Amino acid sequence: MINSILEVNQVYKYFGGVKANENISMTVDKGSIVGLIGPNGSGKTTLFNSIVGTHPIEQGSIKFNDKEVSKLPVPAIAKLGLLRTFQQTRIYGKLNCIDNMRISAKSSQDNFLSVFSKIPTELNEKAEQLLNFVGLYQKRKLRAGDLSFGQQKLLELAMALMNEPKMLLLDEPSAGINPTLINGIIDRLIKVNHEFGITLLVIEHNMRVIMSLAQHIFCLAHGQLIANGKPEEIKNDQRVIDAYLGVQ
Amino acid sequence: MINQKTFLYLAILAFGILAPFIFPSYKLQISIMWILVVLSLTWDVQGGQMGYNTFGNIMFFGLGMYVCSSFHIGIFFPLAEWTASGGEKTFIHTPSQFFQGFFIGLILAGIIPALVAAIIGYGILGLRGHYFAICTLGLGIAAGELAGGIELVGAGQGMTSPPWPKGIGDTELRSEFFYYICFLLMSSTFLFLRWAYSKRFGLVLNAIRDNEDKAEAMGINTMQYKIMGWVVSAFFVGIAGGLMGNMIGYIEPVETAFAGRTFGVFMVLMAILGGKGTLWGPVIGAIAFHVFKEGFWTFFLGWQYVALGALIVIVVIFFPEGIMGWLREKYPKRFGELVDEKDRKAQVELK
Repeated sequence: MINSILEVNQVYKYFGGVKANENISMTVDKGSIVGLIGPNGSGKTTLFNSIVGTHPIEQGSIKFNDKEVSKLPVPAIAKLGLLRTFQQTRIYGKLNCIDNMRISAKSSQDNFLSVFSKIPTELNEKAEQLLNFVGLYQKRKLRAGDLSFGQQKLLELAMALMNEPKMLLLDEPSAGINPTLINGIIDRLIKVNHEFGITLLVIEHNMRVIMSLAQHIFCLAHGQLIANGKPEEIKNDQRVIDAYLGVQ
Repeated sequence: MINQKTFLYLAILAFGILAPFIFPSYKLQISIMWILVVLSLTWDVQGGQMGYNTFGNIMFFGLGMYVCSSFHIGIFFPLAEWTASGGEKTFIHTPSQFFQGFFIGLILAGIIPALVAAIIGYGILGLRGHYFAICTLGLGIAAGELAGGIELVGAGQGMTSPPWPKGIGDTELRSEFFYYICFLLMSSTFLFLRWAYSKRFGLVLNAIRDNEDKAEAMGINTMQYKIMGWVVSAFFVGIAGGLMGNMIGYIEPVETAFAGRTFGVFMVLMAILGGKGTLWGPVIGAIAFHVFKEGFWTFFLGWQYVALGALIVIVVIFFPEGIMGWLREKYPKRFGELVDEKDRKAQVELK
């Protein structure tokens, strides 16, 4: 039995002269909620992109469920059950919410003939349940592009759940969401973790959210991992405070 | 009780079957109209449903034209001699040879462009946006130049397709024969796409149009769908080309086969005029376009391209979403798009 679901080992990613990620190593335990914090431009989203295969990494290894994924293309990694959501929401704007959900479900087979396979009607029910779970049931017939930014974030979460992933990388799930809903979001994410059994790795700027969610937190600054530990340890870590507030 | 939709299909079927007898002098025009519907429907698979503006579909049209006639001739007679010196005078197809060759040629005119689409598509469907458009534009032009350099198919001079065999009827029968094949092709293209759009294929193409990165991030192998879409288009366009070559009787590389300036542009215009990204839009667009075009050629001769240009400007300014898009905005109820105002205003709550 493997205990860790994601192992990032000494990953380097450069954009020309910009060292976006330098020597990043982290492990995420199966079934846990892990946070990733850091000031703007510290390389959090770059690390997400490296993990899901959006761009090749300079060196290092990324293992998901003990399988090396750093050379795989994006759809192949997603099929293994490692999904991400985007900081700037990405949804299918001209399709309605139900269609957005239906297309997000994993297709049963995957060959050239399955291109013309039918979308099972059972998916509609599941789509409605999940939309209800994120509070969008009443909006299900609306075009996704007509939803507000916060609602699109919720839709993206529901779409990811529709795919039944093993692990979810969430890029700022509470950004742009009405403050009165934030407690609801925290509650939903904990449910996703407990009831659906999905491991979460969460980028978040809202400290209240991440401190109450995560069991373990990694902190990046200038592309380097500067601290990791339990929320209380991170809260009091001088390097983290310096990174956020600047050192005199 | 027949519902509206069935009635519409029956009406079109009746028109399609009876048209050559009701409008005998317009047979060729209506045949070309069905071909235009095929071109616009298949362009819309990429340009509308998938959001990839292609100017290269004309390549499959020309390829189909050459393939069809080459096999039509080549399986009975030496093709090189035919193209070198007006072979249609020396070699004469018997009726059975004519029809055998024609149908074999027509099937290959679908299959070979489809294979070419799969191979080229694998190489260039990774390009997006303007890059894809420019690349396909280049392919279309290059195809014309290439065909103009191949002696076997008559190079720049072009070639003739086999004339209608003697002894089985006059030119009336010929045009009726081609008319019904055109109508059959148009119907099967439409029905196939209607079926395919209702499957995973249609929804994934729309997803690619709306956000391809997201589709990939959700584990959809978008390349597979993009290639399949192009293969489908190439197959039907290729057959349309094969038919067109036979109807006109003469194939010229740049003017009729790889006619980027005419058919290549028309297929885009028709889909946009009718409303891209819808099933019926390209059909309506093609029919309206053909009617306008023929009207301009008849009544504004000399100024026909100016009139056509004015039409395009009007469409782009007043109907940017095309005829179907305009109707959809006006009568959302008829398109099943009506959303309760209550739903739109509802607050999202997470309890």
